[in-house]
Amino acid sequence: MKNTLLIAGKEIKSYFASPIAYFLMAFFALIFGPTFYVSTRDMIRMGLQAQMMGQQQPMNINDMIIRPLLGFAGTISLFLIPMISMRLFAEEKRSGTIELLLTSPVRDIEIILGKWLGAMALFLCILGMSMLNIAFLFMWGKPDVLPVLVAYLGLILQGGCLLAIGEFVSTTTKNQIIAGGVTFFFCLLLYLLSYYIGYDTGVIAQVVGYLSIVTHLDNFSKGLLSLKDVIFYFSMIFLALFMTARSLESSRWRA
Amino acid sequence: MIKVEGLTKRYARTVAVDNISFEVEKGQIVGFLGPNGAGKTTTMRILTCFLPPTEGKASVAGFDVQEHPMEVKRRIGYLPETPPLYPEMGVAEFLHFAGRLKGISSADIKGRADEAIGRCSLGDVRDKLIGKLSKGYRQRVGIAQAIIHNPPVLILDEPTSGLDPKQIIEIRDLLHALAGEHTIILSTHILSEVEHSCGRVVIINAGKVVATDTVDNLTNRLRGSEAVAVEIEAAGEHPAAGEAQQRLEQVQGVSRVVAKEPKDGRLRFEIESLQGRHIRADLARAVVNSGWNLSELSSVGMSLEEIFLQLTASEQKTKPEIETAPAPEGAQQ
Repeated sequence: MKNTLLIAGKEIKSYFASPIAYFLMAFFALIFGPTFYVSTRDMIRMGLQAQMMGQQQPMNINDMIIRPLLGFAGTISLFLIPMISMRLFAEEKRSGTIELLLTSPVRDIEIILGKWLGAMALFLCILGMSMLNIAFLFMWGKPDVLPVLVAYLGLILQGGCLLAIGEFVSTTTKNQIIAGGVTFFFCLLLYLLSYYIGYDTGVIAQVVGYLSIVTHLDNFSKGLLSLKDVIFYFSMIFLALFMTARSLESSRWRA
Repeated sequence: MIKVEGLTKRYARTVAVDNISFEVEKGQIVGFLGPNGAGKTTTMRILTCFLPPTEGKASVAGFDVQEHPMEVKRRIGYLPETPPLYPEMGVAEFLHFAGRLKGISSADIKGRADEAIGRCSLGDVRDKLIGKLSKGYRQRVGIAQAIIHNPPVLILDEPTSGLDPKQIIEIRDLLHALAGEHTIILSTHILSEVEHSCGRVVIINAGKVVATDTVDNLTNRLRGSEAVAVEIEAAGEHPAAGEAQQRLEQVQGVSRVVAKEPKDGRLRFEIESLQGRHIRADLARAVVNSGWNLSELSSVGMSLEEIFLQLTASEQKTKPEIETAPAPEGAQQ
């Protein structure tokens, strides 16, 4: 545990010692901000139009702004996560610092968890940028807090899952670009699975649909917290971290 | 302290280490000597639990590297070929991290880091970023991280590479100070390094141990006899080379006289003695008594360098199928 936190701390420091953390946070803010502006503006216009037409429909901030916005944040994170995870092991392998980690009295699992937690911390910081915008909605509107929290939980779980996959990919190569590229491919694949099945309802379609990260995130962004989805993410995280451990071990044998 | 028995490491197509065995006693400094690609780094990586052996056993302080890797790792300080440094960290910061990783408690870490900084004379750069340091300083930070937890065994892969002569001497002194309480294995392909620092040498070539002995014994064993270079001034035609050679061959205890190319009007010979005979005084007398001018008389003891070449070359002859051409500098075996 102590070692895990030590390594996590080192990872966080490394992210913030290089431009990558600031770049990713700025990148996210620059994409999320205008989207937030546009969707808020559209909602206000629709509200005014509805009033002028004499219709009095209650406008729901949760449904009209927060839900699509946080769904969109999930999509952006597909692009950001490979950039976070690609360096985790690839950089250590390239620079030889992996020899320090693997010859210190630290268990592999502590290294893997530490790195994953470090990457998660950066991901949370990036996600935190969106809270600046969401906070405005709370200042001038009255959205429900609970669905927002559930949606964030979904984003965090999805991020954890993709980061774990990215960490696994990163153990397989010395080349950060390859690690990033392959991770992005996996992210995209898991994202697109739900599109591939379309309206098909066969067994295969159900399995493929279950594997898609989007179907599970949808429930979270609706504010639905179901055990099934939580278990999906946790099992994906566990599987990916387990594969990371196996890959790290086999890299010793292959050297 | 360190015991290696029948250690073999095979990669997909190559055998990096082929059935090697050696032992290191507590407090010794052992030099691991061999050309690039001989298997030095692989052996060290197995000892530090970075790589598992294909066959054979290795143990450090009584713990097997495969069965109790944690115990072994706790007792080893390791400097890999490329010092494992994070360029974005400061020197002190990095040593704190490395020390904590090696199990030093947060209460002790500051003192230990300061001690390592002092021992490796890193005081001037302690707050600098590692990425901004010169190669020599980086090497020393690498050594500092290896000794920070005061391990009983130090494994140093080419500790003096990239250092200037003054720093090499400092590292040598540091190693001498560490020896005794620490057992040290260091690898190098610089022979003078071994002659200065190590009590014992393990020469390995093409994955095999070619010789294991103390430096003195090794030099003696292979030298066998004394070799002396003699230069005689020749005025005009006198003495003739043949005549001089004949005269020298008559000296007692001489086994062989080899005439060398004359230089600046001086005849030059290389003379080998019989086993255990001291011939220099007799040679000098013989030359002077013949009325010639002796301009130089010097011992050409076989250096470790020649022994090394001789050993590794003979190995090549008997095993021509093994690739022994020196790998490019910095290549990993």
